[in-house]
Order: sequence, then C-alpha cells, then structure tokens
Amino acid sequence: MNRAEIIKFVEDTVIEKKDYPRFKAGDTITVHYKIKEGTKERIQNFTGVVLQRSGKGINSTFTVRKISGNVGVERIFPLSSPFIDQIDVNKHGVVRRARIFYMRELRGKKARIKEERV
Amino acid sequence: MSGLIGKKVGMTSIYDANGKNIPCTVIEAGPCVVTQIRSKEKEGYDAIQLAFEDKKEKYTTKAELGHFKKAGITPKKVVAEFTRFEPDHQKVFGDILKVDIFVEGEYIDVVGTSKGKGFQGVVKRHHFHGVGEKTHGQHDRLRAPGSVGASSWPSRVWPGLRMAGRMGGNRVKVLNLQILKIILEKNLVLVKGAIPGPNGAYVIIERWK
Repeated sequence: MNRAEIIKFVEDTVIEKKDYPRFKAGDTITVHYKIKEGTKERIQNFTGVVLQRSGKGINSTFTVRKISGNVGVERIFPLSSPFIDQIDVNKHGVVRRARIFYMRELRGKKARIKEERV
Repeated sequence: MSGLIGKKVGMTSIYDANGKNIPCTVIEAGPCVVTQIRSKEKEGYDAIQLAFEDKKEKYTTKAELGHFKKAGITPKKVVAEFTRFEPDHQKVFGDILKVDIFVEGEYIDVVGTSKGKGFQGVVKRHHFHGVGEKTHGQHDRLRAPGSVGASSWPSRVWPGLRMAGRMGGNRVKVLNLQILKIILEKNLVLVKGAIPGPNGAYVIIERWK
C-alpha cells in the first residue's frame, strides 16, 4: 500500500459515506444545513448556483452562490461535513467551464443559466 | 518512556463528535521487534532496543547482520532505544510490538527530522524584522540583519550571534499530541496536528506518562 492509498483508506474508515446526488458547477442546489442554537438543532436551507467544486477526498468543498436582497451571498461547504443533512438538485445547468466565477459579474437576465434537457 | 518507531504517511482531517474539522497526521507505526535488552548490570542503564522496517541483506553490514541474527529476525532499517517500558509491557528478546500499546485519546510526543530549508536569511531563520523601510531613500537592506555588535570594544562579534545560515534538517520533538484514532490491522496511528519532516520520513513516537 502506498501513501495515497493509506490516506484514502483512513478517510474511508473515519468518515461515514453519505449518498448525495451528483452535481457540478452550474447546477442549482438546495443544501439542508444543520444549525445548533444552544441545545436546539434546526435545519436551514441554502439554495443557489454551484460555482465550483474543489479539492478531493475528505477535504473537498463546493461553493454555492445566491442573490439575497440584491446582494450576492456565497457559502463554501465541506462536502464531508456532518452538518449537511441533505442536498437536493433543483436544476441541472449547461455551462462550459468547471468554475463559473464569471457569474459574479452578471446580474438580472444575464445571470440566467440554460437548463439541461433530460 | 515507551513507544514505537514509525513512518509519516501524510496529513488529512477528521470530524470530531461536535462536527469540528480536526487536522491530523497519519503515522504508520510498527510492528517493531525487540532486538536488544539493555540492563543495569551490563550497560549501566535499563532500556530496550526496537527495530523497524525490513531492508535487503545486501545493504546490511556484517556487524548489523550478526546483531539482527541474534534476535532471529531479518535486517531492519531503523533502530532506536526506549527506556522504562511499563511493567505490564515489559518485553523480552524478539518480541513484536504493535500500535495496541497506545490508547486512543492519550497524549504522546513525536520526534522527527524537520524538512531542510537550505541557506536562509535572518528574517526566515530567526524571525528578524529586517532593517527599516522600502522607501524614503532606503534600498538594498529590507531583509538585512542590521548591526552585529559594538565597535572598538569588543572588536569582534560575540559567539552565538544569530545570523544567516543552514536552516531545517534538525531533530525536532513535538510535545503532547493527542492520539485520535488507532487502526490496528493496518498499523496506523492518527495524531492531532502536524509532525516534523516530509511524508515518508521516519519518526519516533514516545509516551512518557
């Protein structure tokens, strides 16, 4: 077993595998995020466009952007975070790149993404 | 001091019970073989000698080969001495030690050789601040060490003055690292935080208690 295999083995044993649907940059998703307030736990939803997926293994993350009251809000979620309850894919978008940072400059009608026809 | 010899595999991170992401280092530790028992009567102190990782016989000197043959094992790459193993861990010649001598959650020290940085200036090597500013007519001295001493007395530079030079590649011991997880079947130990040296380097895990 080489070093990369050992690291992968450790990550597989330490982290419980969750089955999230496949999503990529350009897709619109809803992240159900667990939030602790004192002793209570509730679930908050964050819906937006995926700008990028980055990293690999246990440290992989994805960035979601939404427009909230004319202000752009971006959140970076670790994919293996225990606080993520569920991920729903609302729309599969058609984009040509893996990282769509150009979305940050676009507003209104220009910020639309073509939907993938299944 | 009890412990094991190991090899740094690399870093990753895990989540604790509160969902916090904790950086950790994976160490492949043991199995180590007891190759010698040093006693107060013979050597003047109590210790046991452990050996780790096989090497080929053609790379082994005759003297080493004889030493390993005495313990009845194949030649090993790394040998280190440990004193004062706990009574219930008292070992005999030829015994094999595995990661189960450690307990999850306990604190250990890790000894390794830090990464070599080559010839470095005083700013990187000793955390000097450099001299002055970039502008206001000054140039060339942004990362300089400044004055190295007084003039006619002592007319020399004091010994031990911090200057530029070779950095890294030293023996470094990191104290009080917590063991987060032990995977016995693969001889792996997950330790909280970073340890010295590049991936693949040999390290010594020590437990004092």
